[in-house]
Amino acid sequence: MRLASAGILAAAAALLASCATPQRDYKPDAQAMMKRDFHARGIAGMERLNEDAVQAACNKHADNPPQAIAEKLQKEQMAAIKWPVDGKLLGDWKPGEKIAQNGQGMSWSDKGGVGGSCYNCHQIGPRESSFGTVGPSLYQFAKLRGYGADIQRYAYGKIYNAKAYNLCSQMPRMGHVGALTEQQMKDLTALLMDPASPVNQ
Amino acid sequence: MKRVLVLGTLAVACAAAAQTPDPTAAEFDKFREIMEQDNPAELFEVKGEELWRKPRGPKNASLEKCDLGLGPGVVKGAYAQMPRYFADVDRVMDAEARIVHCMITLQGFTYAELAKQPFSSLTRTPDPVSIVTYVAAQSRGMKLAAPQNHPKERDTYEAGKAIFFYRAGSFDFSCTSCHGVDGQRIRTQPLPNFTKPEQAIRAVQGWPGYRMTGGVMHSLQWRMNDCYRQQRFPEPGYASETVSALLSYLTVNANGQVYRGPGIKR
Repeated sequence: MRLASAGILAAAAALLASCATPQRDYKPDAQAMMKRDFHARGIAGMERLNEDAVQAACNKHADNPPQAIAEKLQKEQMAAIKWPVDGKLLGDWKPGEKIAQNGQGMSWSDKGGVGGSCYNCHQIGPRESSFGTVGPSLYQFAKLRGYGADIQRYAYGKIYNAKAYNLCSQMPRMGHVGALTEQQMKDLTALLMDPASPVNQ
Repeated sequence: MKRVLVLGTLAVACAAAAQTPDPTAAEFDKFREIMEQDNPAELFEVKGEELWRKPRGPKNASLEKCDLGLGPGVVKGAYAQMPRYFADVDRVMDAEARIVHCMITLQGFTYAELAKQPFSSLTRTPDPVSIVTYVAAQSRGMKLAAPQNHPKERDTYEAGKAIFFYRAGSFDFSCTSCHGVDGQRIRTQPLPNFTKPEQAIRAVQGWPGYRMTGGVMHSLQWRMNDCYRQQRFPEPGYASETVSALLSYLTVNANGQVYRGPGIKR
């Protein structure tokens, strides 16, 4: 009994001590340090250290922002998606597979020519066993979800800007940041949506 | 020399094996254990010791008066107790940053020449890489004990943590994009979750390491640099405070676990 209350006292003291010295926010320290220590190299300029509104919200709230903030920013991201003017979302799944395989692009060792890096994080086609697991499996994407216009639009939009659907998703905004061209995103959409694509076999 | 050739051949075979998925990763670990009994890193350890003892640079001095935190010239156990605060520079330094500092202050080299091509290629291994391999080897079998006593050590750890979690750049990545969740992979490469103590050791273990991809010796300075390349960030300065802060965060998280010395990496 005495031991138990001593334990509670100790815990209370520890709590009080932690209240007395609230953990300060080290993000400004981190940002200042990085701004001082980093330098531009190749295509990777110093502006990349700055947060945009989405990154700032995710950093501030440890990837879990309050719903109102998330919804407002998601809406803005969605509104900024440039849908193909010809209205066609499906390209050719064959070049799409190559784009999905290609993990190059946007780093200081890259010059131009950006791939989708899709297999880094997702299972996609059945023949590629070297796939990552950071994102969900996309195997049989349309076979499981349907081939309709709404799913096509979801696939294209998600590739263009994953943050329009889930603010702090780990997936890059491939269209929003100009990493992939409209044609590349159409080809990737076809890889997921074409009934003839190996993904849907 | 013959031994090196045999190891080179094995390295090629191993690099090919490393392409295949998870069950092979376990096989690779076994293979690495065997390789580490006859590790090419030892060659760099020997070279590093020579470089440590030999008078060099414009001041024609050795590094034997370099203070790695345990007193001038004390190498044994120093690596396992870094990053740490150094009063003479009023900042926290990781092992390689401290070696670079000593090469500048004791031997008269300039930061510019040391930072110009700081990472190994097939034709060249920079001196600080060999020296840090030697220094690391003198902590083989010791428990990691990066200190958190000085206020700047605690501040640096917290700054390192904030840097680790900071999302920015073209792909919105932070270190946690790859290293903040258990059991994930990029392609077939398993990703340790460095926010957890039992996995944080994997950020330190095996470094400096003889890397089979490319067959060169690399240190943690290189590892942090290449992570930032893949994170699509601009480039962190060699031996900069940012890198020391990140290494503080990773090492302190792994404190208490045994460091096995320079190793072998995929």
